[in-house]
Amino acid sequence: MTTANSAAPPLLEARGIYKSFGPVQVLRDVDFSIYAGQVTALVGDNGAGKSTLVKCIAGSHGYDAGELRFEGRPVTVHSPRDAAELGIEIVYQDLALCDNLDIVQNMFLGRERRSGLVLDDATMEELAAQTLVSLAVRTVSSVRQRVGALSGGQRQTVAIAKAVLWNSRVVILDEPTAALGVAQTLQVLEIVRRLADNGHAVVLISHNMNDVFAVSDRIAALYLGRMVAQVRASDVTHAQVVELITAGRSGALGLPPETETATGFEGNGVEL
Amino acid sequence: MTTVVRPPAPAAPAPAPSLADHLRAYLSRVRGGEMGSLPAILGIVVLVVGFSIAKPDSFPTPFNFGNLLAQSAVYMVVAMGLIFVLLIGEIDLSAGWASGVAAAVMTVLLSGKHVNSYVAILVGIVTGTVIGVVLGFLVAKLRVPSFVVTLAGFLALQGVLLLLVHEGEQILISDQNVLAINNKNMPVWLGWVFYALAVGAFSALQLARNARRARRGLVREPAALVAFRIAGVAVLGGVGVYELSIDRSQTIFSSVTGVPIVVPIVVILLAALTFVLKRTRYGLHLYALGGNTEASRRAGLPIDRLKISAFAICSTLAAIGGIIQASRDNSVTGNSGGANLLLFAVGAAVIGGTSLFGGRGRIIDAVLGGFVMGIIGNGMGLLSAKNWQRFVVTGLVLLAAAAVDALARRRSSATGLR
Repeated sequence: MTTANSAAPPLLEARGIYKSFGPVQVLRDVDFSIYAGQVTALVGDNGAGKSTLVKCIAGSHGYDAGELRFEGRPVTVHSPRDAAELGIEIVYQDLALCDNLDIVQNMFLGRERRSGLVLDDATMEELAAQTLVSLAVRTVSSVRQRVGALSGGQRQTVAIAKAVLWNSRVVILDEPTAALGVAQTLQVLEIVRRLADNGHAVVLISHNMNDVFAVSDRIAALYLGRMVAQVRASDVTHAQVVELITAGRSGALGLPPETETATGFEGNGVEL
Repeated sequence: MTTVVRPPAPAAPAPAPSLADHLRAYLSRVRGGEMGSLPAILGIVVLVVGFSIAKPDSFPTPFNFGNLLAQSAVYMVVAMGLIFVLLIGEIDLSAGWASGVAAAVMTVLLSGKHVNSYVAILVGIVTGTVIGVVLGFLVAKLRVPSFVVTLAGFLALQGVLLLLVHEGEQILISDQNVLAINNKNMPVWLGWVFYALAVGAFSALQLARNARRARRGLVREPAALVAFRIAGVAVLGGVGVYELSIDRSQTIFSSVTGVPIVVPIVVILLAALTFVLKRTRYGLHLYALGGNTEASRRAGLPIDRLKISAFAICSTLAAIGGIIQASRDNSVTGNSGGANLLLFAVGAAVIGGTSLFGGRGRIIDAVLGGFVMGIIGNGMGLLSAKNWQRFVVTGLVLLAAAAVDALARRRSSATGLR
């Protein structure tokens, strides 16, 4: 287990997380640190426990053992609302946008601004536009466009903007580029990078090594429910990360040889 | 490690769209299957021209225009309620019989118990609300599909209506206030006062909205478009009120002038419900629920309450529609609210542009679509159509409306404009 040394303490830190679904042990003694202003890529093969780990952090799942620390103090996150109060927002793969509503309405859904009885459309429109500007979004011509008329990349952008509208500190993105073409992937990655540059702690779940290396500062690799490495992206190569994902170890990184439990993952299903 | 190219600072905001931009955007929306009020307006034009040619002596007359408004008002009001339920992707098949039951409750109170007419009307309307809350509760809490719940309501309410009218008696209404609703007209001067108030309020709202957006530096509509909209409402309303101010009596012994009392009722409901849907958080949440249930759940919207309230509003408006119809019929029978009412009202909403699939609809749809349905009923009456013909035509119109809706949906998903 190797941990990269960073100057600032982590914004959010998970320590010794265990989680099982019935007899299946999904997470075993997982440590995971997220830093403000950095993109932390969370990689791992299908079933390695990536989604389970972020759902534990975001309050969708409880965990069996371990602790979460936010800004160094222990916190309990029992529900998505607890997470939202800490400023942890998660953008799921299916985005959950209403196609029949416009961008502003989607971004403020459930937390609308009102003046008296009526919706304060002007204020919401201004805030939405400001948020998009802060992310340097240039692909959206009008915030009054209906979301159904947007492209996949634009929809992803709106979902991300929705997550950062709420003074969020941690933004977790679940495979944001999985369904996108080349140009749109680039647009979304630019926004991911900008999120971190604006001071957010960003977690990027991805299968795509190009995406991971394009925007990440740090890489955390899960292998069969264990955190096998948390390293600076500049310290490792594509090949090493692929080895960590598929075999749990790569040279000095990862699991020590004697505790290696399974082989048989020889790169199947990993996009390069 | 960062290899992504940093984008430059965002450009200055885009210039305000011109009238031509708006027109282009509108045309591309229409091509994309989002036709809005277009089918209803085309339908009104075609039907008016067609019936005027077929019955030049009786259809395009001020007398018939007054009649047409009175007939259409019921469809409009019931359809307004249905739009709330259709918006969230549900259906209420029992709205017709709910209107009959509400009217019967009011009539029984008036004839048997001699209750004050306003109290009786109020109790009738509340009857509708109660029916809607029960339906909504079954849909939201027990998760019974609304199709089944309201089909059950369709049968059960028909039974309740028969109970109220003693297995098919005709209960006459003699209360002058209730009869006035859909038989009497406002004095000519009051019609013009109401017209002035309505057009004035509409203009003020339009101008205030644009001024507010301009002050905040937000994109606003071109002045020409706003002027066109206000002028359109003013001219159409003015012509209507003028026509209705001419004596349209068909005998020389009496005079019939003025705007029917139902017209301000419909206009006020239109304004109030449009406000609820467009300007309040509640209305927005109804659209969200119809657009994406999962997104609404994650956003923490009170989904059960939204559903129950939509059904409650639907049945409440059905009750108001039932009372308007009873006023026109001067009576309530075991068939009040039955026959074509529900299908005409659903047809009105859908022709107006409300989707059967949820998430799309406006209150004005009910008014425009209600007009189309009213003209069909009125015109076929003038042509002395046989009963079988009326049923066939009603069925075909409903089918056509649903087909237009389905095509619009398919087209919009094909062009990505949804």
